[in-house]
Formats: sequence, structure tokens, C-alpha cells
Amino acid sequence: MVLSKAKMTPFTFINSVLLLGVAFVTIYPFLHMIAVSLSGDVHVMRGDVNLIPKELTFKNYEHVLSDSRIGTGYFNTILYVTLGTAISLIITAMGAYALSKKTMIFRKGFMIMIVFTILFGGGMIPTFLVVKSLGLLDTVWAMVLPQAVSTWNLIIMRTFFSATIPNELEESAKIDGLNDLGIFARIVLPLSKPVLATIGLFYAVGIWNNFILPLLYLRDDALYPLQVILRNLVLVEQMADVSGGDAVVVQESIQYATILVSTLPILLLYPFLQKYFVKGVMIGSLKE
Amino acid sequence: MDQLEPREQERTAVKTKRSKEYYKSLRKKLNNSKYLLILFAPVLLYYLIFHYAPMFGVVIAFKDYNLFKGVLESEWVGLKYFQIFIESPDFLNLLRNTFLLGFYNFLFGFPVPIIFALLLNELKNMYFKRFVQTLSYLPHFISNVVVASMIVVFLSPSGIVNRMISYLGIEPMNWMIMPEMFRTIFVSSEIWQHMGWEAIIYLAALTSISPQLYEAADIDGAGRFAKLWYITLPGILPAIFIVGILNIGKVLEIGFEKVFLLYNPVTYETADIISTYVYRVGLVQGNYSYATAIGLFLGVISFTFLFGANYLAKRFGQESLW
Repeated sequence: MVLSKAKMTPFTFINSVLLLGVAFVTIYPFLHMIAVSLSGDVHVMRGDVNLIPKELTFKNYEHVLSDSRIGTGYFNTILYVTLGTAISLIITAMGAYALSKKTMIFRKGFMIMIVFTILFGGGMIPTFLVVKSLGLLDTVWAMVLPQAVSTWNLIIMRTFFSATIPNELEESAKIDGLNDLGIFARIVLPLSKPVLATIGLFYAVGIWNNFILPLLYLRDDALYPLQVILRNLVLVEQMADVSGGDAVVVQESIQYATILVSTLPILLLYPFLQKYFVKGVMIGSLKE
Repeated sequence: MDQLEPREQERTAVKTKRSKEYYKSLRKKLNNSKYLLILFAPVLLYYLIFHYAPMFGVVIAFKDYNLFKGVLESEWVGLKYFQIFIESPDFLNLLRNTFLLGFYNFLFGFPVPIIFALLLNELKNMYFKRFVQTLSYLPHFISNVVVASMIVVFLSPSGIVNRMISYLGIEPMNWMIMPEMFRTIFVSSEIWQHMGWEAIIYLAALTSISPQLYEAADIDGAGRFAKLWYITLPGILPAIFIVGILNIGKVLEIGFEKVFLLYNPVTYETADIISTYVYRVGLVQGNYSYATAIGLFLGVISFTFLFGANYLAKRFGQESLW
């Protein structure tokens, strides 16, 4: 549509105000947490900090970072994210490429088998028993294997491969003597960096944020990732307040600092990553 | 063989010949796809181990699962655990909570991204549009633990929400122990988290509507709402239907994680849903068979929901999933 036609009608005005409101509601909680976590105790206790820190101080962050549990949580989370993303990405790319080849035998059957798992699954307990019987409980593997492949990501990748890699290229490579493994490793992967980055990010964020796997499969607190530590530090203590006793107000700024410390990487990287996220959805919504 | 009539002999001969050819071509196809099958093997193994093995593990819902005897050796008890569940005093409450939470989540959560996308689409200033859109995705990438932590601290007796309403003269409340507030808190936080993200699909559908249609409508003198009604909405209707079907199918799959993080024994009355109950009964109390039976019960209802929604979509002549 023509840009010069944009006049300030009453509708445009109300609409803009409304959407500005949406933007504010989205970002306000984060700004408020940052402000409180950086403010002096007196002001937090009085409750007069809103969006701007008063009596700027970093002592809440010093307090949080000196907690050894946060350090362990960070270490574990980073380990799970790197290992898990690598495994998930490799397996998914390999499988998606195979599924994108119309010549593969049983292709349709495999596809049905995979899509069926969206509709029906064994549920929490039978899955737990399988993980347990494999001896994965309380190991790093329980954090990376049970959700290694996401059906959604697999389908996105398959769609990408079949839509963007020209068949002629693969045929000529075949004539030159490459087999499917060679084509995949030397032609398809180098051409697919955008989708690999996108899906890798989806996996990484998913593992970073995961709470169910550690809740179900970890008992040893030395293996706890950040999310479990965060829950123990913020939610469990808060819920203890619920069952009686006065809530300690100063806690609030430490709780916010804890929340922010464990979300920091995502908040900081978000502006750079969000275009990849959107790309992922767009590829996924393409139809074959 | 010689007892067979000649005709049948002939037929079997053709059959064996055909199956021989079939096997030959099968072997050839297998050979042609061998490298692809190698590439596919890890994914196949993953689905067999972590999806299909648990599906067969569901049989323990019909057995008295004994840790030492294993799945196969444990004794069959038929529908005993289903019966116990249906007769238990928790049953109706759990069913109601699961349905209501899912239903409200759908009722309020489904239209919001559509409206948001339509409003965004009306913005002519591209920078402002991109600014709002970029911010709106952010909560989708924040973990449920963080969101739940934020909610609980914000809503605590001394939290920001109570301080704000105290300016309006409303008494501070302890929101998290009010069972009547749980659904509102849950549904609004879900909308906050996913509204921007779910709007992407509608925004994509909106960009695919031909601008010529709007130009023609302008010439015909159509106003803003006429264009919305006759061009924009029909243009994104297929997307609305697909997302709608998927959401109806997922009505009962309300996130275990978020409910688990937000509820507490005081709010069980409205907050306890089937999946959180399965967790407590199964993993906390170790009642594997009983918990599996409850999970299966939920799975079957969910399955029916998805099929029902898809059937409805087909009947109305709209897009369907299959």
C-alpha cells in the first residue's frame, strides 16, 4: 500500500495507542525486575521503585552470583545445551534429509509413524519407566536423549530440504560418483546453514528452558540445571511463605536478580536471534 | 500340489512369480536406499525407543505393575485401575479442572493472536510495527519457570500488583492461594507469553493477500471495515481454521509444566489437572499402574477431541489436517 497515504485518523491513533500498550505490557515486567534488582534495600522495602533503579547497587547480583548453586546450575545447563543441541541437530538433519528423498523406501510409512506420535504417546509414566530401564536416570543422557528429536523441527527441515535443494545438483553429484552420504555431507549441509542455525536455536532454547526432564529424571542435585535451581530458590521459598509467616520484602530484589541472572543469555541474545526464530516458523508453515 | 486343479496351479505359479518379482524389486529398492536408511536410522531408533516403547508400556495400565517382575510378568487386572479412578472422589474435580482450564485457554487464547495480527496489519509505520512485533515474541522464549517465578513474586502480598491496586483503595490479597483466581492467572499469563508468537502465522497469511483486492475495493468505495470483512478475514480464514483445529485438539494438553509450577495444595481445588495428578500419583507416590491408567484415559479423550475437530472442519468444507 502507498505509504504517503498514512494519515493520522482516529482509528490509527487508537490502534497505535493500543499496540503501544501491548508493547509496554510485554516489556514492563522485565524493566521492573531490572530496576528493583539494582535498587537499595530501603527503597525496595518502601515499594517506591518502579522503572528506574533508586540508589544504584549491584549487591543483589553479588549475592546471587556468590551462591554456588547458581554456578553449578549454569555449568550443567551449558553442558546440556551444547551436547543436546549437537546431538539433536545432527540426528534431525540426517533424518530430515532421508525423509525428503522421494526415492527412499518406506518413506511414507516412516512419515506416518512419526506424525502419529503427535497424536498419541505413552504418557509420563511409561516413558519414565523406559528411561529408567535404560539406566539413564541421574545421568547427563537423560537430559539430552528423551527429547532429542522434535517432530516439528524434523518436518521444518524436511520441508526446507525438499523445497530448496535443487534435484539437478544432487543428480550431477551422483553422476560424479557421490553416494547419498557424500551428497548430504558435502553438498546439502553446506547449502543449509540458515535452516541449521534456526533449528539449532530452537533446540538450544528448548533445552535451556527445559524443566520437565530434570524434574522427572534427576534426583542428584549436583546435576540440576538452572531452571530447577531457579525454581528452588524463588518458587519453593515463595510458596513456603504462602503457608504462613511474614513475607520478607528484601527477598524480592534478590529473587528478581536470580530470575534475571538465569534469563540473561536469552534476553541479551534475543535481538540478534529473533529473525532466525521467525524464519523457522515461516519455513515450517510452507506446504509441500 | 498335484491335487490342485490346473487353473489353481497356474494361479499359484503366477503368485509365486509375482512375489519373487516383488522381493527382487524390494531388494533393489532397499539397496538403492541403503545410505538414506543409514541416515534415517538414528531418528528411527529415537522414535522406537522414546515414543513407541512407551506406547507399548501403556499395557501396565491393565496390569498390577511390579517393579521386580517387570512389564511382561506382572499380572493382568483388566480395567481395575480405570474403575478405581472413575470411582475416586478426585475424578469429577480433575475432569472439570482439566476441561475448564483448557476450554478457557482456548476461548480467550485463540482469538487474541488473530486480533493482534489484524491490528498490527493496520499500522502503516513499518518501524513501529516491527518494534511492537519484535517485543511481542520475547515472552515466548522465556522459560515457564521464569514466567511462573515472575507471576508468583509479582502477585505476592507485598508484590507490585498489590502495591498498584492499593493506590486504587483495594486491599492487598494473596492471589496465589485463592483457588477462584487460578484460572484467570493461568490463562492471562498464557496469552501474555504466546500471543505475539501465534500471530506470526496470521501475519504471514495476511501478506499473501493480493494488494490489488484492496485497490479494487478502494475504487468501489469500501470502508475500512468492509475491507476487513470481505477481503482480510476471508484471506486468513484457512489459517484460522488450521490453527483452530490444532488448538481444539490440544485443549486437554494444557501445559503440565506451568500448572505444576503455579499451583499449591491450597489451590488444588481449581488447579489440579489430570497430568499434574498423574505426576503426583505416579512419580511421587510410585503408583505406576494407576497413574498410567489415568494418563491413558486422558490420552484417549484428547485423541477424540482432535478427530472431532478435524471432522467438523471437513464438514464445513474448510481446510483439515488430513
